[in-house]
Amino acid sequence: MSSILDSKIPEGPMADKWENFKANEKLVNPANKRKFKVIVVGTGLAGASAAATLAELGYQVDAFTFHDSPRRAHSIAAQGGINAAKNYRGDGDSVHRLFYDTIKGGDFRSREANVHRLAEVSVNIIDQMVAQGVPFAREYGGMLDNRSFGGAQVSRTFYARGQTGQQLLLGAYQQLARQVGQGGVRLFNRSELVDVVVIEGRAAGIVVRDLMTGEVSSHSAHAVVLATGGYGNAFFLSTNAMACNVTAAWRAHKRGAFFANPCYTQIHPTCIPQSDDFQSKLTLMSESLRNDGRVWVPKVAGDNREPHLIPEDERDYYLERLYPSFGNLAPRDISSRAAKRAVDAGQGVGPKQNGVYLDFSEAIGRLGKETVAERYGNLFDMYERITGENPYDVPMRIYPASHYTMGGLWVDYELMTTIPGLYAAGEANFSDHGANRLGASALMQGLSDGYFVLPYTISNYLSQWLNKSVPDTTHPEFSKVESEARERYDRFASIGGTRSPDWFHRELGKIIWDYCGMERTEAGLEKALGEIPALYEEFKKDLRVTGGTDGLNQTLEKAGRVEDFFELGMLMCRDALDRKESCGGHFRSEYQTEDGEALRDDDNFAHVAAWENTGDPMAPNRHVEDLAYEEVHLQTRSYK
Amino acid sequence: MTNILKNLTLKVWRQDGPTTNGAFETHMIDEITDEASFLEMIDILNERLIEDGKEAIVFDHDCREGICGTCSLMINGQAHGPERGTATCQLHMRKFSSGDTIVIEPWRASAFPIIRDLMVDRSAFDRIVEAGGYITAATGGAPDANLIPVPKPVSDAAMDAAQCIGCGACVAACPNGAANLFTAAKITHLNLLPQGQAERFSRAENMVETMDSYFGSCTNHGECEAACPKEISIDVIALMNSDYRKAKTQNRKQLSRA
Repeated sequence: MSSILDSKIPEGPMADKWENFKANEKLVNPANKRKFKVIVVGTGLAGASAAATLAELGYQVDAFTFHDSPRRAHSIAAQGGINAAKNYRGDGDSVHRLFYDTIKGGDFRSREANVHRLAEVSVNIIDQMVAQGVPFAREYGGMLDNRSFGGAQVSRTFYARGQTGQQLLLGAYQQLARQVGQGGVRLFNRSELVDVVVIEGRAAGIVVRDLMTGEVSSHSAHAVVLATGGYGNAFFLSTNAMACNVTAAWRAHKRGAFFANPCYTQIHPTCIPQSDDFQSKLTLMSESLRNDGRVWVPKVAGDNREPHLIPEDERDYYLERLYPSFGNLAPRDISSRAAKRAVDAGQGVGPKQNGVYLDFSEAIGRLGKETVAERYGNLFDMYERITGENPYDVPMRIYPASHYTMGGLWVDYELMTTIPGLYAAGEANFSDHGANRLGASALMQGLSDGYFVLPYTISNYLSQWLNKSVPDTTHPEFSKVESEARERYDRFASIGGTRSPDWFHRELGKIIWDYCGMERTEAGLEKALGEIPALYEEFKKDLRVTGGTDGLNQTLEKAGRVEDFFELGMLMCRDALDRKESCGGHFRSEYQTEDGEALRDDDNFAHVAAWENTGDPMAPNRHVEDLAYEEVHLQTRSYK
Repeated sequence: MTNILKNLTLKVWRQDGPTTNGAFETHMIDEITDEASFLEMIDILNERLIEDGKEAIVFDHDCREGICGTCSLMINGQAHGPERGTATCQLHMRKFSSGDTIVIEPWRASAFPIIRDLMVDRSAFDRIVEAGGYITAATGGAPDANLIPVPKPVSDAAMDAAQCIGCGACVAACPNGAANLFTAAKITHLNLLPQGQAERFSRAENMVETMDSYFGSCTNHGECEAACPKEISIDVIALMNSDYRKAKTQNRKQLSRA
């Protein structure tokens, strides 16, 4: 262990740090901004908002997405809402309270200064998005409506029906489109990052593959921003979109960027349970449903009566029973584990006994079907399309699924990775959610990073390169990285084995889910660290990629992404093994209280684990950033 | 309850590139549960093709929860298949029966060239948005969000239009290959809101004219509304036409006072 990480937290009291940073950072004057070129990879909330804002400021921006259009990014699928400390309800909310809730929700494993800044700019995000025309829900007087969300006792979540992520992403996409139309941003669609190029110790650019032609090419810039999302698809089955992957972050990691807290993964409590073995993904049902839905299982294991035939006194509303003050709105990690325990105890419901009920009959009785339909209609419709059951009549069945990853590339306060000039924004970085993210905070963080943090912090780095030209893509390092990428694809295409990339992905996902999922043990993690490399060896020998490397080949694309998940999977398990405590989404069975809650070890683990690549995926170096809590006192998290 | 479908015949369009000729290829699915989604059925077929050393069928898809708009497919001649208000990715096999023959084609519209097999190029949609589908509001200068009250009915109507996922089903279903529903949905979303008034008429003018440079013309068939997975009403086209006409025929200064 060593501590070579400088988080660059500004001086001063917590509430003044961001102001102090802005007062003291180096700026680039407006006329000089056009001399700088910035590459932004990914066009979700963080990437689109960063690219648009940097272009507005005058920087030359090249934006890359592997989708056909920036509007496809998976931010679009967020349903419930976005938090902001507006206190429009007058219910006691404040920047401090949002900051406190986020630190506590993260089980005291996030960096205070970053989280405070996030809470501060949360209010600007709502202003900005409303100005751009995001149709947030309104009250009859025309003011913005709010609802409450897990892990908070105030009502601070802004929403646009059950499609908040869609509306926010389209807002950011439209700002990006405006810049593309005006020439401020050059957009490269259907272009996938295949590597990051580092020259003389700083980020010089990226190598991408044009997914249509198969052409591998180099792009250089003064700075590179990775806004490429999380790695929840390591589990194969998750609520992520099919194409979500870790490749950009992982390639950066292999080029020297430290990867922080990979074992912090969030398992979302309210997803539709798996119905079959070939299922390709799991569908999330917004956590906002827990505002009015009540979670229960039969008290007796194996009770397979229809739900309406089970009388009230034979039902266990376990969240209300265990966590009376938060009830059905207990945070995600806690709700997920409680569901797992009920199912493990044989109280699961549905044909595979792999779910718990989320029941709206009480809410329909109290509010009427119409009000419930207004709040959740589109979610109910979606549920019915997928399961063939009508949730107005029978309770929904839900079960936890991989949803979000708190871990990611290590970044300092300025969102810079350990490679100078390489930034990570949104879910791709590790910085704000600690060991567990609260609901409606992912959209907040993505937009915060892209609109209100990066555009400030990036000039602090760029200013030193004034009048220095963009790195030359004819530099030998670019050609070297390009040929490595080509060799890699040739290798996949020439193995000629028997199994598809999806087959390996599914098998890998099972290992990671079984041993590094909702509950982890030392023995299980050791086992996974044996099985993953063995499966990886098989992948290298038995993979089959049909079609060539030049031109469109979705099987080839998938092979590259799956290979990166293999190496990441080893790091996730290694990190989970070395973190000998339970915190947030990381639950080690060996470390729990008498009543089964997570038992943190603040003396030994109140730190960020940032992993350095050594070339051997089984033997990375663990570095530590100690987390100092000045503003919030460490305490045992309780939602009882 | 789960049922097993047997003996499905799939006729899938295969085409190597934009300029080559395509043809239907027939595949049999012996057994599949009706819990599977339509795209999971294609996944299974593709995995089989790869293991047999053949190239997988190329198709666009991503979120598989009906919101990203990446998936497409004409299924038995219907954009996104037989279930109303549902994108292909949320269509499940319980909508089909044993022994069915299912014809799977890409979107067919001259503004959406076929890239390969079932994948088409929809970037003309991005060009329409770039022409004016936004509100110019640079980051940082926004007033407090509640300073701009928006009546609930207006906000709800804007949201109804804003739900468009940009999938292109409207174009594929239209006999003229027109993109009026897509363009009008965006114009309506922004033109109804108080924040969108400053650019209302230039937006309508620029977006409509960009649309016309790629797509066919609307002749009020209404197929677009029937095909839309978000069930966006063709009423939005009326608002677009009205704003476009005003933008073309009236003095901008007078419009700003209206």
